[in-house]
Formats: sequence, structure tokens, C-alpha cells
Amino acid sequence: MAAVNTILYLLVYPGLLFLFVFSTFAEWFDRKLYARLQNRMGPTHTGRWGILQPVADFIKLMAKEDIVPSRADKALFIVLPIAGLATVLTAGLLLPVWLSPPSGPSYVSFSGDIIILLYLLSLPTLVFFLAGWASTNAFSIIGGTRVLTMLFGYEVPLFLSVLSPALLAGSWRLAEIAAFYRAKPLLILPNLIGFGVALLAVQAKLERTPFDIPHAETEIVGGTFTEYSGKKLAFFRLMTDIEMVVSAALLAAVFLGGFGGGFALGFVQLVLKTLAVIFLLSVIRAVTGRIRVDQVVSFAWRWLAPLAVLQLFIVILIKGFVL
Amino acid sequence: MKFQIPIGPQHPALKEPISLRMTVEGEVIRDADLRLGYNHRGLEKLAEEKSWIQNIYLTERICGICSHSHATCFVQGVEKLMEVEPPRRGLYLRYLVAELERVHSHLLWLGVAGHEAGFDTFFMYTWRDREVVMDILEMISGNRVHYAINTLGGVRRDIDEALRKKILDSLEVLRRRSEYYFKVGASEPTFVARLAGVGKLSKEQAMTLCAVGPTARASGVDRDVRKNDPHAFYDEAPFDVATADSCDVLGRAVVRIKELFESYKIIDFILRNLPSGPVAVKAPRKAKPNEVVSRYEAPRGENIHYIRSNGTEKPERLKVRAPTLANYPATVEMLRNGFIADIPLIFAAIDPCICCAERTVELRNARTGEERVVRFSELRRLAQERARRLPRQRNVPWPL
Repeated sequence: MAAVNTILYLLVYPGLLFLFVFSTFAEWFDRKLYARLQNRMGPTHTGRWGILQPVADFIKLMAKEDIVPSRADKALFIVLPIAGLATVLTAGLLLPVWLSPPSGPSYVSFSGDIIILLYLLSLPTLVFFLAGWASTNAFSIIGGTRVLTMLFGYEVPLFLSVLSPALLAGSWRLAEIAAFYRAKPLLILPNLIGFGVALLAVQAKLERTPFDIPHAETEIVGGTFTEYSGKKLAFFRLMTDIEMVVSAALLAAVFLGGFGGGFALGFVQLVLKTLAVIFLLSVIRAVTGRIRVDQVVSFAWRWLAPLAVLQLFIVILIKGFVL
Repeated sequence: MKFQIPIGPQHPALKEPISLRMTVEGEVIRDADLRLGYNHRGLEKLAEEKSWIQNIYLTERICGICSHSHATCFVQGVEKLMEVEPPRRGLYLRYLVAELERVHSHLLWLGVAGHEAGFDTFFMYTWRDREVVMDILEMISGNRVHYAINTLGGVRRDIDEALRKKILDSLEVLRRRSEYYFKVGASEPTFVARLAGVGKLSKEQAMTLCAVGPTARASGVDRDVRKNDPHAFYDEAPFDVATADSCDVLGRAVVRIKELFESYKIIDFILRNLPSGPVAVKAPRKAKPNEVVSRYEAPRGENIHYIRSNGTEKPERLKVRAPTLANYPATVEMLRNGFIADIPLIFAAIDPCICCAERTVELRNARTGEERVVRFSELRRLAQERARRLPRQRNVPWPL
């Protein structure tokens, strides 16, 4: 039974199959919403309301010719999309689903899993940088350096803002943090500043407008992905989608009370809360323009980092005087 | 680390081929090199083969966005050569289309600026509203792009009372939308952060580098052919020259939006004071030997046509100086010491129309960097020589 459970966990829910289906759905949701906010139609043809468009795109890319540039670092160039996809899929396994209400620690839910999850979500950034670097294309290299430059801006505020609710809950385990806020829903409110900071930092991590600088089409063509095509590009795109879902689910677990209430109710909560976070991310994407990479770093350190520290301060005060 | 990045001849930020070689150090541009000649069409030579009437349609095809500007500039000059005076109503209708074209061109530019700054929502909105003015143009002329409304001695189509009312109504919509864009463009923080202080061009530089149009006006140079050298009825029409003194891309955007409002004023004036009478008079087929320089304020800046006639029904020489060409020297200056991220914005801010500005082909050896200008006969000789040297491949099977 344990073996079957493990296989189900890895391959079906919340593993490969669920993450694939849900991330393509999330991409459709994002695209459709973005299009409607811009007074466009968005995907319409594939499936009802174009709901299968991301899947169709994925299949189409998988069938396309796959080119490795002759000057590229071949081994790295080929390994990176697979490594990146593996990283975000592993991160998806750490989300506090199915196991809640918190049973005992297990291999996917243990004290400190929030840190592991954050680190696993940092790895794609490194993968993007290396992908740009291994392509040896001028546009890719600039894209790659922009990825790293941005990392220095948003990473610290993201960690600070995601960890302060954990401090308030007094646990480093996602399932326990979520359970804490489910038990005391009012305590979600003091974390709102942190939620805003984390939302912007996740937007930057996912490289979406106003932070879509590493692949700014009008400046550096495809940026990091200029040389990627076919299966490898399909993997990268799937990876970005899954990264979006996992980051959104992380924010939902930490700031919005997680996905408790057994298997079915937990599943519904996971989908709804994640989509709510993605909704906010899409709205940010629609109402802003792209800023410059130096503006990202100065914005992150002038606004995001102090706000994250303020959040930490509030949490410490509440923990000291109220709880 | 210094390295060169090629922007063009093919690049997503460029809708037409031009090559910008940027020497960059990290994210900062140290030097810019502009190379033209990818889109040469031999247009001036072709004009010498065609009659005066045929040339109106040829000049209209110099540009796809300011098509009416080139045709009007040409027609103005030829009418002067032929000593033909178009009737008032014809003139009013000609410049009605001209001002509507300015509106559509500026709305298009605003969208492009939004897209270059990564603000795609702005792009989608402005292009949606641009359809309003495109519809008006289609109702007046039957076409969306090449209106073909000019003819020697006036215009080819008249408008009726119903259409006049409809244009006035649509104008109200456009005015409201433009006010909204002015608000969004000036207040959306990410958009302003990207445009303000980018692509500086001081007033002195704009003067010495002979910048024209909104590029010059955004640097505080109060220069507009419609005001300085008024043609037709522009000395009576109520409008001001829109200027800004911020000398950057934001200023260029502001100037264009202000010009939209000035254009609405002029269109309003035209429609409310439309004289009655014929729209065209008959023009002769030939022009006496003479020469003329015709100036016209196109949406992108001052457009100059030099026309020489020799008494026949064809021009002896037509020289076109499109506004984009005049803005190139200033562009190189604006790009220097900017960021890579600002290249598309700075370049787009002159509203470049690359094929309008191409007048020569320059060959450059990609390996040695050697440059030369060659005649067409020389090119043909080179091609034949190369074909002779190639191994015979007559019976090669078709690869597919």
C-alpha cells in the first residue's frame, strides 16, 4: 500500500500528471485573463474556450525540429531543460497537500521543507542563467546576466517575506504553518504587507511584466531562450508554467491558510487559492510596462526589502505582545 | 567586457530592415553604428519614367503610414510647377485627410511605444481606437492605407453632409480616448520610469543635427512647417505648435499626444468651415521647365520633395527627403551612453520609416569591413562572373 501511495504521489497527485494538467490550465487562465484585460479574445480555438491551447502548444513544440547551436556547450545545453523541469517538479512534491491535517513528518513534509522549497524555486533562475550562457549567443548571454542581476534584487525580499509568517506560526513546516493560520484566520491580516512583497518578488522570479527583462522581446529577441527550439523549448515553457503554479501554491499555503480539509476539499482549495494568486499576478502583468534591470534592483532594495523587514518587525511585535 | 550586438537587419523591435551595431559594455551602449541600404527600391529613378499623374500613386507608395504626406508634398510641388490653383473645397478635403492621417500615425506610434516599453495593454488599447480613425479614412476615400485621394488640381472624392456629421461624432470619441491616454501615459509609474530621461537630445544638439518633427519639438525647437511656412489654409486654422522641453522619449510621447489634440482642432475647423464648390480643377498634362521645392509637415516631421520639370509630361528629377533620414544623426547621438533596454525605445521615438529614407545601396564586405558604392551594371557583371566561376550544376536533382 505504501508503495502504491508513493507512486500515486509521484506520478498522479500532486506529482507529474496533476502538475502538468494544472499548470497548462493555469497558463490558459493567465493568457485568457491577460487577453480579456487587454480587450482581446485570447485563445479560442483549441477545446472549449481555447482551454487546450497550452497543451496544443506543448505538443506542437515537442514535434518541432530541435537545433543545438554548433558553438554551444552541448552537454550543458541539453541537460539544462531536463534539470530545470526536474527541479520544479520536485518543488511541487513539497507542497502541503494530501497529508493535511498534519500527520507526522514524512519524506515530503518535514521541519524546514519551506526552506527546501524556496531553494528549489531558486534553482530555475540558475538554470536560466546557465542556459543563456551555454547558448553563446550575444542576446542569450545578455539575457542570462539579466536573470542573475534580477536575482540579487528580488531573492532577499522574497525569503524575508515568506519566512515571516513561518516565524509567526513558529514552525518551519509548510503543513503546520498552514494549519496554524487555519486555526487562527485573523492572524492572516498582519501578513498582508508580506503577501504584497512576496507577490511582486514572485512576479520577478517568474520573469513576467514588469520584470520580463531577461527575455524582453523588443530588446534582446528571445533573451535566454533565443537558441532553444523544439523539445527543449517545450520543456522550458512547461517548467515556467509549473514554476508559476508552485510559487502561487506556496504563497497560498503560507499566506492564505493552505489547503486543509481532507483530500477533496483540499484539492478544491488548492486549485481556487492558486488561481486567486495567479489572478493577481496576471493583473499586475496587464497594468504595467517593462522596467529596466537597474530599476528592478533599486526598486527591490528601496521598497521591497524595507517592506519585508517591516513585516518581520510586525511579526516579532505580535509574537512578543499578542500571542 | 565590450562586445557588439547586432540590432537588425532582422529584429523583433524593427518592423523594417536596418542594421544598428551596438558596441556595449555590460548594459551600457558605448557606440552606435547605423547602416542603411537593406530596403532600397530605386524609387526616384522610377519617378523619371512615369507621367505626373502616375507619379502621385508612386509617391503615395513611398510610405505605408504617411502615404498621404508624400503624395500631398508631391502634388503641392507639381501644382506650383503647373501654376494650377486647386479650389478651396478640394484643399480643405486634402488637408482633412492629412490631419486624419496624422491622428492615425500618432495613435499607431503610441501603441508602438507601449509595446517597445513592454506595456502591451497600452498597445492593444491605442490600436483598437486607431480603428476609429481608420474607419473614417475608409469612408472618405474607400481605402485604409493608400487613400489615393489627391489629384493634380484638387482631390478625387467629395464628402456629403452625413459623412461630415459622422466624422464630427467620431472625433468626440477620439478626443475622449486621447485624454485617457494622456492620463495613462503620464501617470503609469512603470511606463514613465522607462521613458523619462531616456534618449536625451538637448535643444542645441537638435538644432545642429537638424532633427525634425516631434523629435525636434520635444527638445524645445519650435519648428513646424504648418506654422513657419503655412501652405493652403494653415495660416487661418486655429492650432498651436506642440512642444516639450524635457528633451527625452517621454517628451516625444507628450508632444505626439498634444499634437493629436491640435489635429482634432484643425479637423473640427475644416469640417465646420467647409466651403462649397467643386473639389478639383483640370490640370494640364505638361509642366513648363522649372524647379520647385515642396515642404510638408508629415506626422514624423518635415518632408521635402524637390521636383524639376523639363517641359514634358514626366519629371526630370524627383528628390525625396523623408523626415526619418533627417533624424538619423540625432538618433546616433541619443543612443550613445544609453542602456541596451532603451535601444528600441530611442529608435522608435523618432518614429522611423526606414524604407522612406533609403536612397542608396552601399556594399560592405562582412569580413574586411570594406565599403563601396557600385553601379547596377557593375553588380550585374559581378553576378555573371560569379556564376561563371561556379561549378556546373545543371543536372542537380531537385532536393525534395
